[in-house]
Amino acid sequence: MKHTLSVLVENKPGVLSRVAGLFSRRGFNIDSLAVGVTENPDVSRMTITVDGKEHPIEQVTKQLHKLINVIKITDLDPVNTVARELALIKVKSDAGSRGEIMQIAEIFRANILDVARNTMVLEITGTTEKIDALLQLLAPQGVVEIVRTGRIAIERGAK
Amino acid sequence: MLLKGSEAIVRALADEGVRDIFGLPGGVVIPLYDALYESKINHYLVRHEQAAAHAADGYARATGRTGVCIATSGPGATNLVTGIANAYMDSTPMVAITGQVRSGLIGTDGFQEADITGITQPIVKHSYLIKDPNDIPRIFREAFYIAASGRPGPVVIDIPVDMQLAEIDYQRPERVNLPGYKPTLKGNRKQVKAAAKLIVAAERPVIYAGGGVVSSGAEKELRQLAKLVQAPVTTTLMGLGTFPETDRLSLGMLGMHGTGYANYAVTHSDLLVAVGARFDDRVTGKLATFAREAKKIHIDLDPAEISKNVAIDVPIVGDARNVLRDLIAEIKKLKPSKQRTRPWLKQIDDWKQSHPLTYKELKRDIMPQFVVEEIYRVTRGKAVIVTEVGQNQMWAALFYQHTKGRNFISSGGLVTMGFGFPASIGAKVGRPRDIVIDIAGDGSFQMNIQELATAVNYEIPVIVAILNNGYLGMVRQWQELFWNKRYSETCIDCQPDFARLAEAYGALGITVTDKKDVAEALETAIAAKRPAVLDFRVRREENVFPMVPAGKSITEMIGGQK
Repeated sequence: MKHTLSVLVENKPGVLSRVAGLFSRRGFNIDSLAVGVTENPDVSRMTITVDGKEHPIEQVTKQLHKLINVIKITDLDPVNTVARELALIKVKSDAGSRGEIMQIAEIFRANILDVARNTMVLEITGTTEKIDALLQLLAPQGVVEIVRTGRIAIERGAK
Repeated sequence: MLLKGSEAIVRALADEGVRDIFGLPGGVVIPLYDALYESKINHYLVRHEQAAAHAADGYARATGRTGVCIATSGPGATNLVTGIANAYMDSTPMVAITGQVRSGLIGTDGFQEADITGITQPIVKHSYLIKDPNDIPRIFREAFYIAASGRPGPVVIDIPVDMQLAEIDYQRPERVNLPGYKPTLKGNRKQVKAAAKLIVAAERPVIYAGGGVVSSGAEKELRQLAKLVQAPVTTTLMGLGTFPETDRLSLGMLGMHGTGYANYAVTHSDLLVAVGARFDDRVTGKLATFAREAKKIHIDLDPAEISKNVAIDVPIVGDARNVLRDLIAEIKKLKPSKQRTRPWLKQIDDWKQSHPLTYKELKRDIMPQFVVEEIYRVTRGKAVIVTEVGQNQMWAALFYQHTKGRNFISSGGLVTMGFGFPASIGAKVGRPRDIVIDIAGDGSFQMNIQELATAVNYEIPVIVAILNNGYLGMVRQWQELFWNKRYSETCIDCQPDFARLAEAYGALGITVTDKKDVAEALETAIAAKRPAVLDFRVRREENVFPMVPAGKSITEMIGGQK
């Protein structure tokens, strides 16, 4: 099962490298990692997705906790969590296919950011599954490049 | 108070109670060394930075106080790396100070530049690169706090030379503010109660104690617990001495080179109580068969050690001394029976009879085990024993009766050749009144032999007892047992005359080739009160037994039967 870890860290130089280094040293694979500042400028949040089947999630979180700059780790419960990812997709297009791509984009509520003679760039926000589904539909057109942010997530409700 | 950065560092060290430092200067730490010039802190100039780190490590283990070492940027700093890794693996409190090129030059591949905080990242408890000289007071305060508290470990502070020259207002922060660092020291009550219940109900309990008992100072409590429920105690290499091996309840060391009776006891136990130990692969052997009839209680300060290698039934996160105190109180409430384990102790006595620690004595040849026994006899077991790595280390662990924590200092996790001699120098600096003996191999000793100059320079009377067999003996032993005696690159009998080399440095040197002269050489060295090297020419192809081949169950021992 995929776990989404929401990790609060001190906003200090080298913290990202310490976290990333820990994963590689202990042999844990990171599926995705997103970092940004929080409402408190001294604190950053890392959202890390890892495969719990490959690595005992308890060992991952305990090792993370040992880093002095890591303040708090939450293994987000998928039921009580809203998760999103953003992707930029460059897809081949010409006069013939442009219309179909625009239709697909509309269904997925993707934005079209750029239209060139032979390509288009789409922006989509959604769950990982939704982005995967869009990519599948676009595949026959020829996907040139994909840039994904990795998952970010927040708990529902007041907490 | 306005101070130069370098003066602030020395002031901060003094404020942390540092009395002794090991190091070697270089370009970018000249300001720091200038500030040390008139300081009351004793600085010991080593001949290689690796020795500075090991000396600080040995000092910390012998005294319980945080060890401090200094090196310059680039190669000075990278020479510390082995010593830092060693301290990390064995959880030694250490602060390593490295110079760095001036801040404006960082990242340009400047003269003697190395990214030491990057290089050491996986082997430190924490590290700092000082980018603002005003951070010096806070960072030093934090570094010493982090190194010594919780599960101890090394902290690196990298200081660009311009930070040492800048002027700052020095105020020692009253407290540290580390929101992400709050070690759990007190054990959970419910868990302690659950553990107490298991312990009083157990019929075949074994206590398995490690280095955590040493660092938390829980020896007294460990002994109380063992006596209270009449449970036998086995220790890891790091835990040697925490339970007196002269006691009937002692099983000695367990694991790959553990005693037969310790390995049998653990394997047949119905309850294993691990205290400050981490189920290392050299201890457990094949995991699937390790103590599989036993429920397991694990007391450890580091939550990440719980169930890392072996599934635990009752984990208790906390400082060993705190937890053992609470546990003893709980057990007393349950009025434990001292009779319950009688048949178990009888069984263990039988194993001690059938699987004694032994070796074949020869008429004149010196057996390495005999030298270790003589060291025990001559020092009446009161010496601080430091070891190198390999066969010498295991013989020192097995054939000396360890009775006190902090009196056995050995590289347990990283297993670093060259550790023992500089570590013994550190130990002797920290505990000048005790006899300090480095039980060495001829291979390991040569890895930091240059420190003879340091020992002579500062008149640090450590004794190096080389069990000289002209081999990288432990590897040779594996080659003999598992590689068809193909001694590939393990014969090192082209070696210096160690006694004459010692004399050349200004130390005492004695070569011993006959068994009857062993004790006298030891007594002479102890009486000389100066650094001494005793070159014991031991039987060359002697092996360490018992031995569990790698990956086997710990009862599948070679040797050690009557």
